[in-house]
Amino acid sequence: MANDPVIEVRDLIVELKGNRVLNGVTLDVYRGEILGFVGASGAGKSVLTRTILGLLPKQAGRIDVFGVNLDEAGEMQRQEIERRWGILFQQGALFSSLTVGENIEFPIREYLDVSDRLMTEIAITKLEMVGLKPDVYRKFPSELSGGMIKRVALARALALDPEILFLDEPTSGLDPISAGDFDQLILTLQQVSSMAVFMVTHDLDSLHTICDRIAVLGDGKIIEAGTMDTMLASQHPWLRAYFHGVRARAGMQAAARN
Amino acid sequence: MTAGILLSSQTRGDWVELSAAGSWTAEYASAIEPQVDAATRGVTARSIAINIARIDYLDTYGAWLIERTLRNWINQGREARLVGLREDYRGLFDKVHVGTQTLSAPPPKANSIVATLESVGRTMATVGTDLMLLAQMLGSLMVAFKRVALRPTTFRFTSMVHQLERVGWRAVPIILLITVLIGAILAQQGIFHFRKFGADIYVIDMVGVLVLREIGVLIVCIMVAGRSGSSYTAELGAMRMREEIDALRTMGFDPIEVLVLPRILALIIAVPILTFLGSMAALYGGGLVSWLYGGIQPEVFLARLREAVTSTTFEVGMIKAPFMALVIGVVACVEGLQVQGSAESLGEKTTNSVVKSIFLVIVLDGVFAMFFASIGM
Ligand SMILES: Nc1ncnc2c1ncn2[C@@H]1O[C@H](COP(=O)(O)OP(=O)(O)O)[C@@H](O)[C@H]1O
Ligand SMILES: [Mg+2]
Repeated sequence: MANDPVIEVRDLIVELKGNRVLNGVTLDVYRGEILGFVGASGAGKSVLTRTILGLLPKQAGRIDVFGVNLDEAGEMQRQEIERRWGILFQQGALFSSLTVGENIEFPIREYLDVSDRLMTEIAITKLEMVGLKPDVYRKFPSELSGGMIKRVALARALALDPEILFLDEPTSGLDPISAGDFDQLILTLQQVSSMAVFMVTHDLDSLHTICDRIAVLGDGKIIEAGTMDTMLASQHPWLRAYFHGVRARAGMQAAARN
Repeated sequence: MTAGILLSSQTRGDWVELSAAGSWTAEYASAIEPQVDAATRGVTARSIAINIARIDYLDTYGAWLIERTLRNWINQGREARLVGLREDYRGLFDKVHVGTQTLSAPPPKANSIVATLESVGRTMATVGTDLMLLAQMLGSLMVAFKRVALRPTTFRFTSMVHQLERVGWRAVPIILLITVLIGAILAQQGIFHFRKFGADIYVIDMVGVLVLREIGVLIVCIMVAGRSGSSYTAELGAMRMREEIDALRTMGFDPIEVLVLPRILALIIAVPILTFLGSMAALYGGGLVSWLYGGIQPEVFLARLREAVTSTTFEVGMIKAPFMALVIGVVACVEGLQVQGSAESLGEKTTNSVVKSIFLVIVLDGVFAMFFASIGM
């Protein structure tokens, strides 16, 4: 793992409606790693993700992406950064009035000056890379199943070959087999493009099988960050409950069998 | 990480080798594509190889452009292969290579005249289905009403009171403001033109009859359709999109009884009250202008008004109000329940709801005019 952080978060404080959700979060995401981000429901994982993406305001702290402080970045720099990250939202967030193809081509059209032919070919390539048939290209999001929507949304997130991919609970709402397939898909796509992946997840299987490093959010802070072994060795009560609970043991056995 | 991109060819035995270098990434894709196309057409050798050993950065765009070139050559019946593939790019090339890119041809576009005729035809057909849906909704409402009337405890009273506050109480200020203005404008125009004939005083007859019989209720209904009808449609539509209505149905509730009935009853109660307030406000506005602009003293205005209008004039306006409320409510709910998955559909149905309910309110007003004329009211 190259020791080169693509995201640096320092002492981040975020308050929403007078309620302090993040209270001094410090976190690094390195180039080419898959970081699994866990924490109890309502701990503020989505809030942290949305704050890094600039969708929520922060009260204090600093966020650097690709070495650029987001507060000091100008319009152009900000656009450049936005071109280099891709986001998979929890519900997919596909534009319902556009076809699948138009959804994937949307960021390409906006940022790159490529021919229509290449744009279509890239969109179809992306669809095939996420394991869908090219026919999906002309469908509308309302005609797709939940798993297919996630895959299309992933294809759209990857449209510009980003260097960072944000995933907010990508496998929630999928059956275990689809969820496993999706994890493998993310892993292979990450390997072919060596992007950094920031993945919020509750899926212990994903944490075991594809994450290089894990960060845990609790009480508005990062309580632990490191490899799976660090997690298992930690004495923090929440971590013990999470990684040594019944489901965790089942997941570990499954991972060991593979 | 700059560096441009080039493809230079050299001959190696019976192979022609093209060499790629630099960044083959999304950023440079628009510059690379023409070079690649030129190479596809320009090279005439039977056997061609692309050497990618000197590529610094490669992503899906670059990999696909190379893959596309190879495929084109192979389709032209030549031999083509990739050399100098680095281990870290192998996965990417494999991914791109397995893609079939077989997109079925788009459905043929209909000829524009035929398409226009088709859309006219479809619109006509929707008028029929729309009327059917309205009738169906009225029927379901009757059934729900009967059920609730037999067991009054099941009626969603809280919900109705809540809706009543939204569509009635909170609409009062804007309704008052608009109707005062309308009354004032009617009086001003009347005075301006009637004065030429020395008939100023008849302005009071005109304002009184017009406001109480027609304008009061029409203005209120148009406002309510725009303000509350649209919000009914948007609410029910969003609930449909998020499967809340399906959830209700599976729990054994009738969405008509739970959602539609309280809303429509609230409108049927609110619109007559708003019509009454609106008519009074319009008369007030008319009286004010008659006094300030036309010099007609308030006592004179009131005395003349008593002669000009009868309780029948007032009744005609008020009788229409609940029926118009019903039309607005039914149209709004029918449209809301028809919303499909997309955000676009929600917008379209909301627009439809307002346009259709205003149209139907005016048609209904015409029907009432004929009815009252024939019974001599
Ligand atoms: N827009 C918002 N306004 C106020 N509070 C919010 C908002 N979004 C999230 N919160 C609060 O922030 C906390 C963290 O939420 P979230 O980040 O969604 O949790 P999770 O870790 O499950 O993703 C929750 O307590 C939630 O109530
Ligand atoms: Mg969340």
